[in-house]
Amino acid sequence: MLWTLFRRDVSLIARSPAVWMPVMFFVLVAALFPFAVGPDARLLARIAPGILWVSALLAALLPVETLLAPDMEDGTLDQLAARGIAMEWVVTARIAAHWLGFAVPLLLAIPVAGVLVGLDAAAGWRLALALAIGTPALAALAVVAAALTAGLRGGGALAGLIVLPLALPVLIFGVGAEQAGALQLLGAASLVSLAVAPFAAGAALKPE
Amino acid sequence: MSEPLHVEGLACLRGDRLLFEDVDFMVAPGGALHLEGPNGSGKSSLLRLLAGLLPPFAGRITGPERSFLGHEVALKPRMTLGAELSHWARLDGGLDRLPAAMAAMNVAGLAEVPCRHLSSGQRRRAGLARVLTSGAALWLLDEPTAGLDTASSALLAQAMAAHRAGGGMVVAAVHGDIGLASPQLLRLG
Repeated sequence: MLWTLFRRDVSLIARSPAVWMPVMFFVLVAALFPFAVGPDARLLARIAPGILWVSALLAALLPVETLLAPDMEDGTLDQLAARGIAMEWVVTARIAAHWLGFAVPLLLAIPVAGVLVGLDAAAGWRLALALAIGTPALAALAVVAAALTAGLRGGGALAGLIVLPLALPVLIFGVGAEQAGALQLLGAASLVSLAVAPFAAGAALKPE
Repeated sequence: MSEPLHVEGLACLRGDRLLFEDVDFMVAPGGALHLEGPNGSGKSSLLRLLAGLLPPFAGRITGPERSFLGHEVALKPRMTLGAELSHWARLDGGLDRLPAAMAAMNVAGLAEVPCRHLSSGQRRRAGLARVLTSGAALWLLDEPTAGLDTASSALLAQAMAAHRAGGGMVVAAVHGDIGLASPQLLRLG
């Protein structure tokens, strides 16, 4: 059942015209920063992981209004609930599909984005590893925010306000990935987000 | 034979308004129930209670597995109708029933059409085909003939008659006749 839901979510995301938006956004931000901070390569290389992490976080939030709100409006969630399928499962499948849809293209775009901000190969790999560990948390938080704001007008902006503070631990440990223990803490933050998100989002989607 | 639908002392609270209370009825296998009443009297809410989409404020509902069709038909605009109905059939374990259901609702020829190109009547027929595919004994239909032409309404009436002949049940919120033979009547409001 979870597999059926996941497969469907992935095929819906793949068909959406917005599927390339997060990765385009990620690369564009990386391309803009050298213009904004000037051509100092050392400065740029030092702040590069931070830049890429923040743009990854914002990229995760780009599709937040299409993650769950359409399903609430068009009756999909009703059909699922009427089949006795717990919203927690629906949300779990959605988190996995969202991660696949936004984070995997982003990871593949790291070489391009890394060159634009002057990241060397070693730092690029470190960033890729940290993003691979941290992005599931970003996907989970985005889906929670989508669940909380589904059915609200202008939910996207509110979703940003909900997610950004919660994403702080992921951001801190992700950017500091070269420090000892940071990756472990990043993994822990990611696992906690993944464990809590289905219940939080599921509770938000329960009919009142 | 499936178990009957029993509803005892059902009450529904929406916001701080009590839509209805002390609703009791029983639908036996092969039976049908018309829910009637003016707009806002709680017909749709009663169907959502029966479908398990709303928690009852009071009362008890027992019955067989059910399939629900509300106002929204839950079809994704970019997917083809065939892919959409197959997805739901897979969730219901009813892939083998799907071709017959699509034929019964006259949507078999639309399988390759993206849902955004379907008319509202075609979408409703697709929603009904999903109900037929579900294999559930109890159908919960919210104004199932809304947007249907005469021929399609006749198809629905046939499908409902066949379902009841096989021991199935139909509970429908209606305004007027939808082609159910000798239904019980419940008036709300």
